[in-house]
Amino acid sequence: MRSTEVMVIGGGPAGLSAAVEAASLGCQVMVVDSDLKLGGQLIKQTHKFFGSKEEHAGTRGFEIADILFRELDENKERIQVLSNTTAVGYYKEDGVVSCVTGEDEYFRVKPQRVIMATGAQEKMIPFPNNDLPGVYGAGAVQTLMNVYGVMPGKRVLMVGAGNIGLIVSYQMKQAGVDIAGIVEFMPHVGGYWVHAAKDRRLGIPIYLRHTILEALGDRFVTGAVIQEVGAKGGLVGEPKKIDCDVICMAVGLTPTCELLWQAGCEMTFVPELCGYVAKRDNQMRTSIPTIWVAGDAAGIEEASSAMVEGRVAGLNAARSTGHLTDTEFDARSSLYWKRLSDLRAGPVGEKIRYGISQACCGSWEV
Amino acid sequence: MDLIKEHPILDFQHGKKVKFFFDGAAMEGFEGEPIAAALHANGVVIYRETPQMKRPRGFFCAIGKCSSCFMVVDGVPNVRTCVTALAEGMKVETQRGKGLVPALS
Repeated sequence: MRSTEVMVIGGGPAGLSAAVEAASLGCQVMVVDSDLKLGGQLIKQTHKFFGSKEEHAGTRGFEIADILFRELDENKERIQVLSNTTAVGYYKEDGVVSCVTGEDEYFRVKPQRVIMATGAQEKMIPFPNNDLPGVYGAGAVQTLMNVYGVMPGKRVLMVGAGNIGLIVSYQMKQAGVDIAGIVEFMPHVGGYWVHAAKDRRLGIPIYLRHTILEALGDRFVTGAVIQEVGAKGGLVGEPKKIDCDVICMAVGLTPTCELLWQAGCEMTFVPELCGYVAKRDNQMRTSIPTIWVAGDAAGIEEASSAMVEGRVAGLNAARSTGHLTDTEFDARSSLYWKRLSDLRAGPVGEKIRYGISQACCGSWEV
Repeated sequence: MDLIKEHPILDFQHGKKVKFFFDGAAMEGFEGEPIAAALHANGVVIYRETPQMKRPRGFFCAIGKCSSCFMVVDGVPNVRTCVTALAEGMKVETQRGKGLVPALS
């Protein structure tokens, strides 16, 4: 049985920030991440971030990952990083986490504190043949293309005009892939105008009020059928056949919450946070006093806020293990919460603010 | 291999080129990169066949969560090829059905 003061599950923006925060304050930290490479979604993001200077606005996602890697390195005597290692079980009886490296190297860890930064997974929509090879998640397409330099296909139909669908479409165009179009069920683009404008400048058609009816192909995707959706939600007009070898799904994300359920954390369904999330107090602590949650696992938002939530979780884990005084804690904590409230300000943050109000219980102490 | 040749932002650093086998056919890929990515670069998109409906399955989530890319690797079935690193001489096979647990030697 291995042991550690703080175990961080997930090595994306939230998890790495949590690890760096806790370690810089003196904690011994173990980070497990299921992927071959650390950094979560950041390493495949080539677009420049918005937000404020503290959250690296104007810097590309993969460069922000490099900044976090440098911080990890500065704290390397206190951080153990295990890549390609999945936390597969949390035993609430004794707080033991079971992990597997690769496909068959199992081990157990007994941490004093756990930060769940497990991120998100892609949603799917039902249509005939949606299981054919060639129907790929947008994150998967980004991995192939931006991390490994592999062409995802020759001609791609994108489903979903949220930020991910819009961004991945122009990224594919930059990589030399032909984009047949972007299909969006809603009468308007869901993502930021700046991204939609980039797609339009590149000549990518955006089919608003359209849906995918089916994927075509016998053994793999050879095309898709799309059709217009009327004001009442029914199909109108004629179905259109689109030639493509990849159908890229960008229809939203949902928090990865299996371990939180298994740990017995109090969970709640919040549509604005895109699924089931752990109820948390105003320091990101779950109903289990030794477990914190951060990033997309706590509700789908953006990497900028995930990084700050990670800092909050790491800071709290360090305080609860006696690594800093209340005064030091208060100073840092109020800084992080100020940054979070700045990131969530204005009309753009309205949905997330409401979602958090549904998931946050203020304080667990009655 | 179908790799991105020029990119306005990214400069791809690949590792050592290695030889591996897909259903007996020799292919090239990069050491340490996911098996699934190497197969895709070689034009292979069908990775397994489902047990009952015999439906083809391929790449899907790329984060080791969906089980779509399970294949038989060096005789071991149900390997998540999207998060398993390619190595020299690997024998990668299309998985038909659930796969058989290899006998312990």
